[in-house]
Amino acid sequence: MEQEKFLEPIVGVNGNMITVEYSGRIMQNEVAYASVGDARIKCEVIRVRGKYADLQVFESTNGLKVGDMVEFTGELLSVELGPGLLTQVYDGLQNPLPLLAEKSGFFLQRGIYLRALDRERLWHFTPMAQTGDKVLPGDRIGFVMEGVVKHYIMVPLSWRGEYVLQSVTGEGDFTIDDTMAVAADENGETFKITMTQHWPVKIPISDYAEKLLPETPLITCQRTIDTFFPVATGGTFCTPGPFGAGKTVLQHAISQNAEADVVVIAACGERAGEVVEILREYPDLTDPRTGRSLMDRSIIICNTSSMPVSAREASVYTAVTLAEYYRQMGLNTLLLADSTSRWAQALREMSGRLEEIPGEEAFPAYLESLIASFYERAGLVRLRSGDTGSITIGGSVSPAGGNFEEPVTQATLKVVGAFLGLSRERSDARRYPAIHPLDSWSKYPSIVDRQQLAFARGILHRGSEVNQMMKVIGEEGTAMEDFVIYLKSEFLDYTYLQQNTFDEIDGATPAERQKQMFNDVLRVLKTAFTFEDKEAARKFFLELRQLFTDRNYMALESAEYRDQSALIEKLISTGSRQDA
Amino acid sequence: MRKVYHKIIKISGNVITVEAEGAAYNELAEVTSARGVSLAQVIRLDGNQVSLQVFAGARGISTGDQIRFLGREMTVSGSEALLGRVFNGRGLPRDNRPEVNDEPTAIGAPSVNPAKRIIPRNMIRTNIPMIDVFNTLVESQKLPIFSVAGEPYNELLARIALQAEVDVIILGGMGLKYDDYLIFKRTLDEHGALGRTVMFVHTAADPVVECLMVPDMSLAVAESYALKGKRVLVLLTDMTNFADALKEIAVTMEQIPATRGYPGDLYSQLAGRYEKAVDFDSAGSITILAVTTMPGDDVTHPVPDNTGYITEGQFYLKGGRIEPFGSLSRLKQQVNGRTRSDHRAIMDAMIRLFSDYRSTLEKQSMGFRMSAWDEKLLKYGKRFENEMMDLSVNIPLEAALDLGWEILADCFERNEVGIKTDLIEEYWPERA
Repeated sequence: MEQEKFLEPIVGVNGNMITVEYSGRIMQNEVAYASVGDARIKCEVIRVRGKYADLQVFESTNGLKVGDMVEFTGELLSVELGPGLLTQVYDGLQNPLPLLAEKSGFFLQRGIYLRALDRERLWHFTPMAQTGDKVLPGDRIGFVMEGVVKHYIMVPLSWRGEYVLQSVTGEGDFTIDDTMAVAADENGETFKITMTQHWPVKIPISDYAEKLLPETPLITCQRTIDTFFPVATGGTFCTPGPFGAGKTVLQHAISQNAEADVVVIAACGERAGEVVEILREYPDLTDPRTGRSLMDRSIIICNTSSMPVSAREASVYTAVTLAEYYRQMGLNTLLLADSTSRWAQALREMSGRLEEIPGEEAFPAYLESLIASFYERAGLVRLRSGDTGSITIGGSVSPAGGNFEEPVTQATLKVVGAFLGLSRERSDARRYPAIHPLDSWSKYPSIVDRQQLAFARGILHRGSEVNQMMKVIGEEGTAMEDFVIYLKSEFLDYTYLQQNTFDEIDGATPAERQKQMFNDVLRVLKTAFTFEDKEAARKFFLELRQLFTDRNYMALESAEYRDQSALIEKLISTGSRQDA
Repeated sequence: MRKVYHKIIKISGNVITVEAEGAAYNELAEVTSARGVSLAQVIRLDGNQVSLQVFAGARGISTGDQIRFLGREMTVSGSEALLGRVFNGRGLPRDNRPEVNDEPTAIGAPSVNPAKRIIPRNMIRTNIPMIDVFNTLVESQKLPIFSVAGEPYNELLARIALQAEVDVIILGGMGLKYDDYLIFKRTLDEHGALGRTVMFVHTAADPVVECLMVPDMSLAVAESYALKGKRVLVLLTDMTNFADALKEIAVTMEQIPATRGYPGDLYSQLAGRYEKAVDFDSAGSITILAVTTMPGDDVTHPVPDNTGYITEGQFYLKGGRIEPFGSLSRLKQQVNGRTRSDHRAIMDAMIRLFSDYRSTLEKQSMGFRMSAWDEKLLKYGKRFENEMMDLSVNIPLEAALDLGWEILADCFERNEVGIKTDLIEEYWPERA
């Protein structure tokens, strides 16, 4: 199986692309190393034409010359899988960044590749299989505990066919490179199974019995999402928005509060400062579900905007592969990619260098199919073991000029199950999260009743219409009935849709509390109030709004919460008494 | 002795192609023509054809001119001897003083490891209320001033530079009008800041390609100082000229343009520069203030649009004032909770009321009746514009907050400003 390594010379350098004249056998997406001085820099074959192969280089190409040699490895771009992935911070090629900092200091020196997993750490292995068992790739040999995660040690997923276990190691503490089992194939050839394996990032792990329809909501504790535009466990969603609309803040909020077992964050081509906030703050934040540090369930793939562009392209694949690996453990994983536009731009840069015929806005013609196949790696699956596991993918999109008509947003909208569109208008008005309540949509079921939800949506719609009308004819010319609908829609917006991410209580509303809150708000929306004049109506709703928003900051079932609820009751009944 | 090549087979725009062996990507070369010697940089290798961008421009280069590869990449000195000096876009002295060659530092060095960054935590005081109070500038922030031609953005830049408490100021001028360069120099000199300033100035009269080097040289020097523990402020004006120079080279190289002729890697190119802003774990910092002029005041133009996605906010300079809407400092939350207890409340309340004032103005212009509340807002808006927004206002943060309370108390009642009761009780000024 092992291919021979061989050397071929460079004949061209163009930005982060090199052209090699080859004579041996070359594989598409094969990894190669170009030598410059003492450094070996990683590249990937992206096109073969005639006797030339074009490679994208994952680092700066400065100093490369025509005639310099490139070493081909015969392997696809892969990641290492095994216990110890959680809590790690990697670059797009799975280089551990903190370790790299120890080794090369402040700057990301090129040509340094470190092992992704700690080879010295001991893991307590408990066997599950026995000598003589017939096993398939992906079958579980045993497990180790990685924090709270039961991390199964599997027959490498890249193997083919059936194997018979010749031996299985007994319970005890081992490193990732120790042999946990020995397996023989049909020809009697034996192979070692350790705790680690490799998988090529651009190929989905498809070892499962069947794909199921995602129907259970993935609770994110964001009211606008869970109630109005829900995301399903195993579903996909996107959050497009212009700069400054709060995409990253929203993604951080989701990553902190989502009810997922493992969260993979792919900071792809965005600001380094935002990643630093995650790196420095997550270790001190608590995951409310396990009581442990948030970092314990997170893997961060960080290829920020100034890091090499080709590695940015690889980073989303690296991230989704790690998510797929944990899905194989029967876990619910959440992948957040910020931002997929930067990934698309990386594709565009490469496409330009390859001088391909450009599509819209110079993005390559295959952009749509690549985006579609990326999001298709999400899903809820029933594994062969009978467990279910899932990957939920949420991608933020940064459309040029904030215009959703551009190719990346449009291609993404075609394939996702929920669209959470962030609007400049709302963020300018400081209405956060700036998810637009009228433009956004979701195909997944909500945590509240469908008809009630439709009613609330109707209020928002009509409220917005009245608001538009009022801009033309003024408040004086608006009918009282319409005016109250407008006030109700504003009330819903302020007390339910808007949420203060930075507040401990308001920032995360669990499903049960959401249902309760929604009912309370709905009751107000459904009550027919009559007022003497518009000033009285406005005053009433402002007062009610203040009481509701204040209560949003109070702990459920606290004394202060009960007092506040009493005040709300009182005010609503005074309001209703004005009924004719 | 390095080999000299003569065979120039293509001259197009400011890019020449020569047949040569052994040239390295990004390497420097010297082109000797009848017009003198110019530096050039390898930007593409294709077999034995080497394409170079010529810093002095390709005008006057003949097919028989000499090209000598230097076997090194572009460097700039990182030594303290640079302080008080002025250089051009090739890194040569502009001030008739000797060259500085010690501590050569590569330009365009790799990115900082995110694991070595820290969360920014220090406010930079500018004594401009629209910045200090409403969009606080933070050490290690990267922030552009979005503006249109004719606005006083360079004056604003100079003023912030002079008032900011930093150790070193580095000015990178791209396509700078010669007059503006002289004004910068004079202003810095008058305030005795020239001795802690390094200038890399490419004027509008200089060859376009030289403009491309300015941000990299400025930032390489900044990095070298920051690693020595200095707090460095880098001023880059105007990044739109830099982007236009990128566009020019890309078009010459027959690259497929993305939007409005700009190359597809514009985002990465800009990010590569802006991301040099950093607060080092256990060393100094780099803060970047840039100017991005928006052609036609259009924020969706590719240069401001891409910039907005990269930087940590922007100051929107319009009509000689920093607009409260459209301006944003993404890092202000990191510091404004620790300045004074009323800082955030004043910031939010005043902006909210100012937004109401703007809608009242709209209503007024449409001829709707003005209520008593509208009259209050109109009074407030006028005071806010004249006493807070005007760029001539020069007061420290604390005085600006006090002024804020004074304006609020003059125009409104206590319960009309939407500030929490405990803060009102602490700060609301008693009227005489």
